[in-house]
Amino acid sequence: MKSTLLGTLLAVAMATSAFAQPIKLADVAELSGGGATVGTNWKNGIDLAIEEINAKGGVLGRKLEVTHADSQSNPGVARAQVQKALDAEPYVLLGPGYSGSVKVTAPLAAEAGIAQIMGGEAAELTQGGNKFLFRTSFGQQSSMPKVAKYIHDDMKAKTVAVVWVNNDFGRGGRDVVVKELDRLGSKVVADLSTEAGQADFAADVGKIKAANPDAVFVYLNEEESARILKELKRQGVTAPLMGETTLIGQKVIELAGDAANGARGHVGLTTDAPVDLIKGFRDRFSKKYNYVPDHNGLKGYLAVYMVKATTEKMGKVDPKAFADTLHGLTIKAADEPGILMDVTFSETGDIDRQSFLVEVVEGKQVVKQVLPKVK
Amino acid sequence: MSNLFDLLVAGLATGAIYALVAVGFTLLWQTSQTINFAQGEFVMLPAFLMLAVMHVGAPFWLAIILGILLSMILLGLAFKMLLVDPMMRHGVLPLAIATMALAIGIKEAVKQFFSAEASPFPSIVPTGDISVLGHAISLQSIGVLVVAILAVVGLTTLLNRTSLGHQMQAAAQNPTVARIIGVPVERMILLTFLINAFLVALASLLITPIYLAKFSSGEVLGQAAFIAAIVGGFNQVRGAIAGGLLIGVLDNLAASYVSTQYRAAVPLLVLIIVILFRPQGLLGRAEERTV
Repeated sequence: MKSTLLGTLLAVAMATSAFAQPIKLADVAELSGGGATVGTNWKNGIDLAIEEINAKGGVLGRKLEVTHADSQSNPGVARAQVQKALDAEPYVLLGPGYSGSVKVTAPLAAEAGIAQIMGGEAAELTQGGNKFLFRTSFGQQSSMPKVAKYIHDDMKAKTVAVVWVNNDFGRGGRDVVVKELDRLGSKVVADLSTEAGQADFAADVGKIKAANPDAVFVYLNEEESARILKELKRQGVTAPLMGETTLIGQKVIELAGDAANGARGHVGLTTDAPVDLIKGFRDRFSKKYNYVPDHNGLKGYLAVYMVKATTEKMGKVDPKAFADTLHGLTIKAADEPGILMDVTFSETGDIDRQSFLVEVVEGKQVVKQVLPKVK
Repeated sequence: MSNLFDLLVAGLATGAIYALVAVGFTLLWQTSQTINFAQGEFVMLPAFLMLAVMHVGAPFWLAIILGILLSMILLGLAFKMLLVDPMMRHGVLPLAIATMALAIGIKEAVKQFFSAEASPFPSIVPTGDISVLGHAISLQSIGVLVVAILAVVGLTTLLNRTSLGHQMQAAAQNPTVARIIGVPVERMILLTFLINAFLVALASLLITPIYLAKFSSGEVLGQAAFIAAIVGGFNQVRGAIAGGLLIGVLDNLAASYVSTQYRAAVPLLVLIIVILFRPQGLLGRAEERTV
């Protein structure tokens, strides 16, 4: 009797300890270097989501716990940090945000059989058959055709200058948009590659001016976007500017000031979206961190809620089954408000979700059109 | 052609800022044999000092004045007394390496204290264009050029036309004789450090609205100014000015007519050619020191 009682107590104690054991997530992000804006927003989004989830009792009764590592915006460092993170056997890997860093780290996570939820947008990332890689935003193959169509149909641009950053992200976007513009009949009159971290855009803008295009497509990282916007204004370029999230993000508006006014962009995620759940997120984030997040804050936040929704769908914490469950999964905002908008994950890890056409008006993002979910 | 004109103006504006920084390089070298590898970070820091002053509620004009004063204290006085003076007696090389360490220290401190992210910085020149010979030129480019030219003219006037300037020249050329004839050599050396700090703070004020305030922004500037100083002639203020303008214009022309990817290589190529064929620099003189 005594031993039965002791056994029961021991079993309860063990169960309780397993019950209380936190679910460990690992985050590798661009916390310094050129991508610091991206990584800091991403990290803060993650921390906010975890704080919220833990305050409500965690996932399946277990708290979430995350470790953040800095990739220094350098793919080599990212790879080392991801390897280190995987050695600690996390439940899911979050990040990095830069496509180049995702590209070199994805094989490591896949080999370890750990799902990786990342912020990269380069088209090629999900085209290599990696079964463990998931996006938090649109890939370029989904967003760029929409961008090209807008330039051709709405801006009525017959000639376009394309400025892109010479890395995986920029090259990927440039390739898709140039192909699409060509297909639609808009001529690319200037095709300008720039360097990551470039400070002086006088010569590039001089080339745009000389080409005299009907529209300019700008596809750079945030800080460089701000610099080129200032230079475009400085040199008096009046052609309409079109880009993606990286052209009209909050940080870019803050850095470029007046020069950002009038710039337009296709945005998969924006904190100015006319969606109540996103407005709520924006308020909570701003309250906690004293600044308005950009789309990377949303991405980090969503990544954690993807973990929560998928785990609750499985009903267990199983790193090996996680990726299989997330493929093909539709998460409705009505069921999981943290996911903010209904989203469906494809078999390749790409997402389908509604998106927005945004213009910067007097230093604020204004949503001009809501583009519906494809399926 | 219009493009070439725009490129020249933009290049000269950038080059004028390089020139300010390069002049500081040569001044320090001339008077105290200090090769300051933290010169780029010296340009980055004043912008953050000004931002910090503005953060506590001061207006921009006051932030500029306090920022320049703080820069002169930190990057002039403290730099000389705490780093250059103790290291100097160990020779030029240990001092140069110490300035490299200082560069890393400043960068990391700014990253830690402020943020790794870029911050916007207000411009002293309003945005807008004016028409010159039928070309629209931005007020910012003109403002940068004017301020930089005024600074350089002021400096050369000080050095060549005033007693103070002559004493500085004497202290640089032959400190021993200068001491004998009663020149306060130590004070003159300190003065060049203060002038250097003033010049980098001015460069910071001019370049940061364009490059944004970021902990790493000194890397490019420091390298460009260093190359400019060597190309122009490390032992001549006028050489540093010419080198700065040349590198600024070349950089812009290379980005436009060669390729953006290779723009950084062009100044280095010029540097190699100058070192091979005219090691004293375009306007420098062999084996001579003068400010």
